[in-house]
Amino acid sequence: MAAGPHPPLSGARRWLPGPAFWLLAPALFALGVFFVLPVAASVLLGFTDFDLYALASFDQLRFVGLANYAALLRDPLFGRALANTFYFVLVGGPLSVGVSLAAALLVNARLVRAKRLFRTIFFLPVVTTLVAVAVVWRYLYHPRHGLLNFALGGLGIGPIDWLGDPAWAMPSLILMAVWKNFGFNMVIFLAGLQAIPERLYEAARIDGASDWQTFRRVTLPMLAPTSVFVVIVTGIGYLQLFAEPYVMTQGGPSNRTLSIVLLMYQQGFRWWNLGQAAAIAMVLFAIILGLTALQLRLRPLEIADGRRS
Amino acid sequence: MRRVLLHLVLGVCAALVLFPLAWMVLASLSPAGEASAVPPRLVPRSLTLEHYEALFTRLSVARHLATSALLATTTTAIALVVNSMAGYAFAKLRFAGRDALFRALLAGLLVPAQVAMLPLFLLLKQLGLVNTWAGVVIPGMASIFGIFLVRQYALSIPDALLDAARVDGAGELRIYRSIVLPMCRPVLLTLGVLTFMGTWNDFLWPLVVLTDDSMYTLPVALANLLGEHVQDVELMMAGSVLTVAPVVVLFFALQRHYIEGIVSGALRE
Repeated sequence: MAAGPHPPLSGARRWLPGPAFWLLAPALFALGVFFVLPVAASVLLGFTDFDLYALASFDQLRFVGLANYAALLRDPLFGRALANTFYFVLVGGPLSVGVSLAAALLVNARLVRAKRLFRTIFFLPVVTTLVAVAVVWRYLYHPRHGLLNFALGGLGIGPIDWLGDPAWAMPSLILMAVWKNFGFNMVIFLAGLQAIPERLYEAARIDGASDWQTFRRVTLPMLAPTSVFVVIVTGIGYLQLFAEPYVMTQGGPSNRTLSIVLLMYQQGFRWWNLGQAAAIAMVLFAIILGLTALQLRLRPLEIADGRRS
Repeated sequence: MRRVLLHLVLGVCAALVLFPLAWMVLASLSPAGEASAVPPRLVPRSLTLEHYEALFTRLSVARHLATSALLATTTTAIALVVNSMAGYAFAKLRFAGRDALFRALLAGLLVPAQVAMLPLFLLLKQLGLVNTWAGVVIPGMASIFGIFLVRQYALSIPDALLDAARVDGAGELRIYRSIVLPMCRPVLLTLGVLTFMGTWNDFLWPLVVLTDDSMYTLPVALANLLGEHVQDVELMMAGSVLTVAPVVVLFFALQRHYIEGIVSGALRE
């Protein structure tokens, strides 16, 4: 509408679809319909008994309040999935970050030639398709003709049933995940290391600090912000464990590698208990929010104006 | 010699990291049964392409390869247009509620994809898009991270340049096409690589939304193949090589853009 005799009103009243609207419309439409709406619906879905019958006809759908959550509390399988996932996150996460840091320090060492070559090699597993390398590792872990047991046998270590032994199955998934992922955080640590001002190292040298002291007093503190970010992001990623157990163990043996997302997938898309599955998704969401809140407390984000450089 | 020792350690680590991938390639070229021989042979007695042949002739892997290529390319093309438009608008245009809207979007980064997945499936079912390729592409069309990435980059475009174009009578869409897109080339390459690889490697969503084997993307087809052919180690390795090879080649070609994207995403604070 063209402005009348009055000066145009500010805000929504004289709203005209301008260029910003048309540039934003496709993205906001796609995100709104295929992301925001489903997320909101997921909250509601968790309060319903949506199942195979409701899938056939929505008349069958009932609101059940917190019944899905109460059922989760009673379900030993859910407890198992939570425990397994936390095992993966709490052991695999720090291990993964530790290996990343060690790799970054090694690659970044002053004496090293061909830094880029090593960085590329260590990063390579990150870009590979998870499903494909999970298939590869499944064979490497084979108790009889897997190469891992063959190599360990050469060292006199008896055959281990990596994926078949309830005690070893999760460590096996962790080992593979560390191999697959450490290059990602290594690259971030490398960027963090390269951002440390050279003069700090010079000052340490002038003060006669040993290598170890320099590492403890200069490198580590300067890397602290990067580390907080890396630990939290890795934790959030590891909470979403799915393809590894799906391909390598199907959640077994005796549910020892059943993860939260695998359980959600089974409840939702195998047994069509979508209400129950939505409750599982909400629990996962709550855990991730908790971790993020922790990160915000440790290092406040400056969201409004993320201008760098 | 510290330098020698350091390189020795790095060399051993590099060999260990490469080992699973090297074994995958060697096993895929071995005669049937050889990769699971006891004691294992690291280097096959003779090389053969029979498993690749079997995949293409008997197991219609060409179809899944084409499906994955088509879906990854389509998603990437759409995502580049949609996210760059929004990213530019957030960076350079002034409109009411811009910063609040952007902050709300960033908050959406905290929501894991799995939360949207169940209702999204129901929605696509209503729209008749389950078991279609559109169903696979839809969730990847716009991404908050992609918008963010472009916005951060577009902030560095000088306002004077845009104003000059406006004074010359260029419309906003024209400015977007002939000034913003060319200037954003590096970040668009980054976003393109990240989107392509993300879509190619994705597993959970295509597994959910594609119900018919003939529609499967390569990773889903590979996981499905494992069910029947778990004993055929060499065949499965050939399938894994075919799944991994395109993304690895792409990574080598555009490595710099890929790693830059990850680093700038990580250091976004």
